[in-house]
Amino acid sequence: MIEIQNLTFAYSGRPSIFEGFNLRIDRGEAWSVIGPSGCGKTTFLYLLAGLCQPLSGTILIDNMPFLRPRPRSGLVLQDHGLLPWSTVDENTRLGLNIWEFYGSDGKHAPTNKKIDKTKADQQVDYWLKKLGIHGLKDQYPGRLSRGQRQRTAIARTLVMEPDLLLLDEPFSALDALTREDLERIILGQHHESNLTCILVTHDIEVAVIMGKKILTLQHGFNRKPLILENDCAAMIDNTNQAAFRNKCEELRKILGTVA
Amino acid sequence: MKRKLKLSDAVLGLLMFLFFWQVLAWIVRRPIMPSPVVVLPLFFTSIFGELGLHLLASTGRVLAAIGAAVITAVPVGLGLGQIPKLDRIFSPLIAIVYPIPKIVFLPVIYVLMGITDVSKIFLIALIIFFQILVVVRDEAANLHPELILSVRSLGAGRRALFRYVYFPASLPAVLTALRVSTATAIAVLFIAEQSLTTYGLGYFIVVETYQVLRYPQMYTGILAMSLLGLSLYFIFNNLELRIYRYRE
Repeated sequence: MIEIQNLTFAYSGRPSIFEGFNLRIDRGEAWSVIGPSGCGKTTFLYLLAGLCQPLSGTILIDNMPFLRPRPRSGLVLQDHGLLPWSTVDENTRLGLNIWEFYGSDGKHAPTNKKIDKTKADQQVDYWLKKLGIHGLKDQYPGRLSRGQRQRTAIARTLVMEPDLLLLDEPFSALDALTREDLERIILGQHHESNLTCILVTHDIEVAVIMGKKILTLQHGFNRKPLILENDCAAMIDNTNQAAFRNKCEELRKILGTVA
Repeated sequence: MKRKLKLSDAVLGLLMFLFFWQVLAWIVRRPIMPSPVVVLPLFFTSIFGELGLHLLASTGRVLAAIGAAVITAVPVGLGLGQIPKLDRIFSPLIAIVYPIPKIVFLPVIYVLMGITDVSKIFLIALIIFFQILVVVRDEAANLHPELILSVRSLGAGRRALFRYVYFPASLPAVLTALRVSTATAIAVLFIAEQSLTTYGLGYFIVVETYQVLRYPQMYTGILAMSLLGLSLYFIFNNLELRIYRYRE
């Protein structure tokens, strides 16, 4: 699904983060991306989301290059990016409204999706309920807890039925129960609709739970991807098992070599 | 003042105002200070006649100036706020020009643009322009980059960003700027309307009544102008409160 070829990227006046970097991500895979802070994890996600452009090399999604965010890619950022002046319901609807604003032009919104009002309402309600924030739909983000805001941000993205979900530290600063609940919802969606998930985190356990494959990025030039195959993904209820602990330990060692 | 004015408070305030006006009239006892008992009936009869036309002319000028200022200042403010390079170039200039009382440019504007409605509206718009420009710029600069990125990731291009982010983000600031600059705008209107026009409250108060010693009539003009200022102030104030609900 995603083909990264010879990617080079640097912010102007700074050393490169990626140099001749190649990576292939297949449809329906779940990936975690981990690395020391400031290594370029978020930049990696922005590149995939079409919010940054490579200096050289190409990124293809479904064999297509893209110069702006793809309509079928969903992105959830660490600080949620909710509109403070809109309610939970309005925020959840934002993406659908933007699609409607442009019509199905293929550039900002997918061509094959007509947004009909009742279907949009049903979909918004479905995701608000599934994420447990239906009762808060008329509240403004300023009155919500971090967890509730993150739920809103996730609902806003999933309402648009993405085929690629990009998550940047989605569980940071959340309590353990909220985190587990959101992990289940995202993994559930990943399994149900063959959703390709790429999750950026600095948390070793989260990386092992959420990624069948774990990409470790390092400070400075990332040339060859460091990939750890992980058969312990989705073990939310079994994080005390030896296999899971060992996998975390293995990842910790890899991190130790790049830091 | 960021409170909703209750109707009872408005009535009470008005009554106190009339009371002190009456007391002052009793103390001064000169034609320049007529009693509200004389002025009010005169006001209510003339507001539907000649005075009403003067009020309309003034209202039209202020609204046109507000419109012109909003339409020009909001995009410029957004541009400066979102493009730091541009802001660095222009911010020293804006810092110098912003505090200048724009009324001093009146003669220059008159000579360059002629003493027409356009030049009067331009002058008022100039004052409001800088007030809005500065707050919109600051508001746009304070928007989280993450907010804009995540809305862009939902498919928003420039137009949708304006519609869903920049416009609602700067609206409260625009209303605050308008509320704050109403009084100045009307003061300048008062001065600008004194020359070469036949309709407008400034003209009515100074040329048609004050200079020919028609003091009670002059007061009806003063009342009308106060009413104009008050109405605009409360309209902006209420819109602001309505929009600010999410911050409560």
